[in-house]
Amino acid sequence: MTVAETVRKPGGSAGLRLALQPTLVCVFAFAAALAVAHGLGSSYGATMVGRTAAFALAAVSLSFLIGQGGLVSFGHAAPLGIGAYAVLIAGEYDVTNLLVVLPLGFASAALFSVATGAIALRTRGVYFIMITLAFAQMIFYVAASLSAFGGDDGMAVASRSTLFGMRVLKSDTNLAILAIALLGVALLALDRLVASRYGLMLRAGRANETKLQALGLDPYRHRLTALAIGGGLAGLAGVLLANQVEYVSPATMNWHVSGELIVMVVLGGTGRLAGAVLGAVVVTVLDETLGHFTEHWKLGLGLVIVAVVLLRGADLKALLRGTSA
Amino acid sequence: MTAVLFVSQLLNGLQLGVILFLVAAGLTLVFGVMDFINLAHGVQYMLGAYLVAVLVAWSGNFAVGLLLGLLGALVLGFVLEVLVFRHLTRRDHLEQVLGTFGVILIVTELVRIVFGSAPLAFPTPAALAGSVTLMPGLNYPVWRLVILGVGVGVAALLWYLVNRTRLGMLVRAGSTHPETVSALGVDIDRLFLVVFAFGAMLAGLAGAMAGPLVSVEPTMGDRILIVAFVVVVIGGIGSIKGAFVSALLVGLVDTLGRAFAADLLKALIGKSAAAAAGPALSSMLVYLLMAVVLSVRPSGLFGGRTA
Repeated sequence: MTVAETVRKPGGSAGLRLALQPTLVCVFAFAAALAVAHGLGSSYGATMVGRTAAFALAAVSLSFLIGQGGLVSFGHAAPLGIGAYAVLIAGEYDVTNLLVVLPLGFASAALFSVATGAIALRTRGVYFIMITLAFAQMIFYVAASLSAFGGDDGMAVASRSTLFGMRVLKSDTNLAILAIALLGVALLALDRLVASRYGLMLRAGRANETKLQALGLDPYRHRLTALAIGGGLAGLAGVLLANQVEYVSPATMNWHVSGELIVMVVLGGTGRLAGAVLGAVVVTVLDETLGHFTEHWKLGLGLVIVAVVLLRGADLKALLRGTSA
Repeated sequence: MTAVLFVSQLLNGLQLGVILFLVAAGLTLVFGVMDFINLAHGVQYMLGAYLVAVLVAWSGNFAVGLLLGLLGALVLGFVLEVLVFRHLTRRDHLEQVLGTFGVILIVTELVRIVFGSAPLAFPTPAALAGSVTLMPGLNYPVWRLVILGVGVGVAALLWYLVNRTRLGMLVRAGSTHPETVSALGVDIDRLFLVVFAFGAMLAGLAGAMAGPLVSVEPTMGDRILIVAFVVVVIGGIGSIKGAFVSALLVGLVDTLGRAFAADLLKALIGKSAAAAAGPALSSMLVYLLMAVVLSVRPSGLFGGRTA
């Protein structure tokens, strides 16, 4: 595959319009699901929609890194968990305003991603995968040692986030609306970014770094920016999740969560950001439905993953290249 | 900080180091020979502990149980390689991550179905359960000394295998120039099978050695796996020597850090601040070590290849 082939898609304004469609479909599908849940008076349904949208946001941010930048981060649970801890820690200091907590979650997660990324980006391939995993595990143990914030067990958040003291997130429906809105905004913003000159540089760096460098362009800065954006968005997802379950523990940063995020991204296809939304829906629904039948639902998830990887090898490769998403 | 405490922590650190080495050796060889990332290596450590625990209880004899258990770990390594891993070796790293992650979920859940989530009893063999007086005031458990001895013995054996045998020559050549080795008529897939199964057995041995000291449970492989990754990264992918040096380094830094970092901090920043920051810092030390090594040498201490 040539560089030109890789980078052309989905650039250009026609590409942008095409890219908008899956975004709108995603948002409408979530909104419709929420409307149905609300109409049926099912608070469980609203909870599930909000939770799925939050995980979809995290998966989309990872898909941006993997699909566009070729940065296979196996530590994406870390920024997610940092966002969740931002809610907990700010809450302990009586800061619950969404307009503070959301930027705080974004900024602290982005900061972590940049600090660790500056080192991880010096390496490639399996080194990068292992180092992102190791740094995520580091922050996991740090969180577990924060005895003032629950230590190993974690602790309940003081209250859900507010808007200048108004308890706007008290109902799960409102929280789901916020999650869907953030997901929609993130998808739109990332679509713009992917179609921009910056997105072109990211994909070019993934396809052929040597050529890019020969042109006098340095992919390092672009990748670091990508890690900041991806990490920050995962932080927002963490803020949503912490509000959803009203409890934060190091388990949010368990490396199995990083693995499941990768599963979402790859199952949905890395070619398009909206694919990650589909993957997130599949995994969360699988989790919920299998979880009802057996406590060993992870066996089912594992079998699905191995089957997909072994059986669809060729197709998956095509998906990874973004040629048939 | 007394000398007795220091020496015993030093020994604990070295003992953690050799356990890490046994796990990391298989990982680094598999990375090196096939550029293959195997997340499921921690599962093989866990399976080793379970196999040996069950077989020792069944046979009533530790040596018999250990031998059978290692044989079982070797066979399981072969089976997993044939069923799953060989189909992933020429794939994208992303797919390797995904496939081996799936294997972790499956095997961990199967173990949980068979044995439950509660830790399995793994008593120290009676003959080695006591402790010896190493110096006045220092009684050190014999089992931990046995672990040290086994670790050093395996390291020496590996050194001989890798540096003095034909198979080792192929492994070394394969880790730096896989295409050339393959072009010279060596079946690199078979080489991978052998290396993989052997690595699985070493991980199983590590699990069996650590069994009496840690709790034998389905998730016991998770923690060791990630520290083993750190060891491999610091040592340099594909280098047995690097894995050995960095395993001891990581074992010492982790153990001594946990034992003494809080005290050092107390002297530096005061008691209350140290009580808060000490545990966080000591659990970060190993990763900070990795960050420092990588910022100086991105391909690890002994890594020849820039991955």
